[in-house]
Amino acid sequence: MTRLGLLILAILLVAACEQEMNEQPKYEVYETADLFPDGIVNQKPQPGTIALGDLERRAALDERPPLTPALLQRGRERFDIYCAPCHGAAGYGDGMIARRGFPDPPSYHTDRLRARPARYFVQVITQGVGDMYSYATRVEPADRWAIAAYIKALQLSQRVKADRLPPDVKPAAAPASPTDGEDGP
Amino acid sequence: MSRIFRKSADTWLRVIMLLAAVALVAGVGLLVAGAASNVTTRENIAPVQPVPFSHRHHVGGLGIDCRYCHAAVEVSASAGLPPTETCMTCHSQLWTDADLLAPVRQSWAERTPIHWARVHNLPDFAYFDHSIHVSSGVGCVECHGNVDEMPLTRQAENLRMRFCIDCHDDPAPRLRPREAVFDMDWTPPPDRRALGERLVERYGIDTDDLTHCYICHR
Repeated sequence: MTRLGLLILAILLVAACEQEMNEQPKYEVYETADLFPDGIVNQKPQPGTIALGDLERRAALDERPPLTPALLQRGRERFDIYCAPCHGAAGYGDGMIARRGFPDPPSYHTDRLRARPARYFVQVITQGVGDMYSYATRVEPADRWAIAAYIKALQLSQRVKADRLPPDVKPAAAPASPTDGEDGP
Repeated sequence: MSRIFRKSADTWLRVIMLLAAVALVAGVGLLVAGAASNVTTRENIAPVQPVPFSHRHHVGGLGIDCRYCHAAVEVSASAGLPPTETCMTCHSQLWTDADLLAPVRQSWAERTPIHWARVHNLPDFAYFDHSIHVSSGVGCVECHGNVDEMPLTRQAENLRMRFCIDCHDDPAPRLRPREAVFDMDWTPPPDRRALGERLVERYGIDTDDLTHCYICHR
């Protein structure tokens, strides 16, 4: 009986110990690091560091990938995440953030932007322009091309003649001329 | 020879033993209850943050996708806590005078990170990886709840091992198509298990392996 009691007491005492397995002496991402002067775990790599895959990413930025349905699909998904909040789902510059007061994201459906090649949009995503910040840390190079391709497709979509639509999406009573899309949907 | 024990000693011994037994039972009970209580699990607790960031406003109100800020969630173990730059992408133009956002502007100006309080903190011996869950069709809301309804971010589940194992043991009824992972309002079909079983096949989820220790513990 005494032994059992001691055993139970010992278990209780052990259970009351600090659970050091929970908080191990290692740094996890975003923790504060006493080891470094600025206290930041995620230290910047040494200048000149090339991370795994950096060369591929850089190469992806230079070369336009072949246009495929998968690329457009990916572009649409990424566009809806990163661009549509300001530029709007159809690219008229009427996204929710713009409606809440972000100053005038341009519509893609202007002569100026229609004339721009896909590479221009890749460059804007990479570097930012005007009030738009760079999205280089959020959108991978390959995805920038996908978004650019989707923007070009959006531009086309607002100008295509109704008789050139494939039969399965052609409206029964197609309007004679498409909207010019210059000022909004 | 005088008596060592008084007559009442017997009674005292019984009382003390009884009290010890009660204390023992209560102690074990407290430990069990304590482990399950949200004081330990942090369930439903919204820690005080330097800026009272509202997912309800940004996700529910504005419709911003999770990945706009948590940009690494599809490719890395950590979902990615947005750097101040992400906040400033909009707030360099919007609410530029708001007192609530002063710490964000200060962080931006001084190039020092904001000290957000961690909401979800798994023990260091559990190796959770966001990317594999996202690509296997586990919706954000399965663990994080409807963050689009949270004015302050709180931990929606208790995140005890049981919570993880429940799903690892039988993932099918909790899966959704990849396209719906970030959807806060996705409505499952009537027979969600049937869908889940198809998704287990499609996404190549090895259900035999999922409850092995090494899946989560290294």
